[in-house]
Amino acid sequence: MSALFWKELADHFGRRRFTLLLGLVALGLVWGAFVDLGQLASSGRRFFFLDVFTTTAGVPISLLSFLSFFGPVIGIALGFDAINGERTQGTLARLLAQPLHRDSVYNAKFFAALLTLALVVASMMIVVIGLTMFRMGIAPTGEEVLRLTGLGLVSVAYLAFWLALAITASVLFRNTVTSALASIGMWFALGFLITLLGGVLADRIVPDIETPDDAVRHVTIESWANRVSPAGLYSEATSILLDPIGGRALNLFTIEPGRLEGLLSTPVSAGQSLQLVWPHIVVLVAMVAVLLALSYIRFMREEIRA
Amino acid sequence: MTSTAPLIEARGLTKRYGGFTAVDGIDLTIGEGEVFGFLGPNGSGKSTSILMMLGLTEPTDGTVRVCGHDPSRNPLAVKRQVGYLPESVGFYGDMTGAQNLRFTAELNGIPRSEADARIAELLDMVELEDATNQPVAQYSRGMRQRLGLADVLLKQPRLVILDDPTLGLDPAGIVWLLGIIEELSARQGIAVFLSSHQLQEVQRVCHRVGIMSHGRIVLEGTVAALTAQTDAGGFRITLKVEGANDALDASLASLPSVRETSRSGIDVVIESDEDVRASAAAAVHGHGARLLEMRANDRTLEDIYLRYFQEALQ
Repeated sequence: MSALFWKELADHFGRRRFTLLLGLVALGLVWGAFVDLGQLASSGRRFFFLDVFTTTAGVPISLLSFLSFFGPVIGIALGFDAINGERTQGTLARLLAQPLHRDSVYNAKFFAALLTLALVVASMMIVVIGLTMFRMGIAPTGEEVLRLTGLGLVSVAYLAFWLALAITASVLFRNTVTSALASIGMWFALGFLITLLGGVLADRIVPDIETPDDAVRHVTIESWANRVSPAGLYSEATSILLDPIGGRALNLFTIEPGRLEGLLSTPVSAGQSLQLVWPHIVVLVAMVAVLLALSYIRFMREEIRA
Repeated sequence: MTSTAPLIEARGLTKRYGGFTAVDGIDLTIGEGEVFGFLGPNGSGKSTSILMMLGLTEPTDGTVRVCGHDPSRNPLAVKRQVGYLPESVGFYGDMTGAQNLRFTAELNGIPRSEADARIAELLDMVELEDATNQPVAQYSRGMRQRLGLADVLLKQPRLVILDDPTLGLDPAGIVWLLGIIEELSARQGIAVFLSSHQLQEVQRVCHRVGIMSHGRIVLEGTVAALTAQTDAGGFRITLKVEGANDALDASLASLPSVRETSRSGIDVVIESDEDVRASAAAAVHGHGARLLEMRANDRTLEDIYLRYFQEALQ
């Protein structure tokens, strides 16, 4: 297993698709350099290193939105041809004729890609944080470091979901193009359609919002629909982590960062926020596990014809 | 050949896909150091049988043991001792030939120092020493096939399973490959299980052949035994005669026990119940023609094969 793992890792870092990953880190560099720190500082907000990820001051969209939108593409890029690519190349039969278990082929592919994703996310975050430290001359507080670590974990879990989805597609479909298209289709369905459908569903069930109770029901339906989608889970989890003041409201009121500050001016502790996002991480990991289990069962019993 | 346990032992091995039976209860025994030709037309179940021997697909019924192990239950024990060259072998195109082999060596747990020496030796043997550091993407089909052979031998197997290895090779390449197979068996005692739908090549190097048709082994044995078994119980004498004429044809046809004669150019064929070579030679002499060559019972495996498959198709 280890020989294959290292080869896969070397492949991810050596092949053309790594340009994509490098692009992501470079993007962190651009964001870190162009975020309008002056504007952030003058807003009087307290969590500088968190706001860098969510602000749109000086940049077209926030770094977090970017990661949430395009992270899936990277997860998919690393996994869509994991198994069927070997098959097309004619190397799968040869690989499985060597003394190694089928599951180690599968595991090596998944974990090498996962480690690549983790390294990329970590590098990007470190670049952004480092640049901000350099420009501001201050260091993140322990609170912030904890929250940022949480952000890293959730981000990796989020990208791992798309990776697992793509690997599943690569087991189910013989053709690499088909599996790439299927993964991208699922990305649309899970990333955007569910959110839209959640709104429609909420409108159908609670057509008129008259009492505060109605409003709560409406929002509750919407956010539960959102939680089916990994993108929804991710945005909820990151808003809890990165907005210690408003984030705990948990989408109950759709708020822009800082709007509730007058009302709820005491931030929650990092530990509390992590406790709040724990279920989100667990659900993301569970989604990954379900996908992997599905394709794993399929792959283990499959006929490997050259 | 030693009298140890067989390397491959299949009993009633069967594979069904839905209602279609690809392999229908085959029995096979391959011994140490033996070269076995597994023949049959495309789609007769050869590759499926091989997949079951390697645990790459599960048998629907029956058992197969390879090197004493069940390939579905204990695939690693089998794959440590068996080299398998798939029908269309593939390599990582962006890696060089040597890198691809080094990767295989790592997967087999061969220490680096030992692997490098063995790789150099094998690349030399398959005559790829000049292409060692060239990416495989630039290899020709024949070069890939040869690299595949090196890849299979890297783990020093007891048994090598080659699935249609001559596919896409030119005639010189085929001769070369068969030479290697003979050498593996004779010098290193490696058993070779050779699947093919081309016969000429196979009968030359195989100790024993099995002929597959519609998922069954319809004939099995040594080439000589098969020839005897399928022979219609008569003689077929072929002659090359210079200056043959109709009068000669007539006198050959009138020889005792001759059933049929035919002639095209200098080739004359006599089908008879008994060996009439001596009288045929005398007849050629008697007509003032020159006898250049004469052979009896020259049934090739191909005749058997064709005959068998014509029967099978009907």
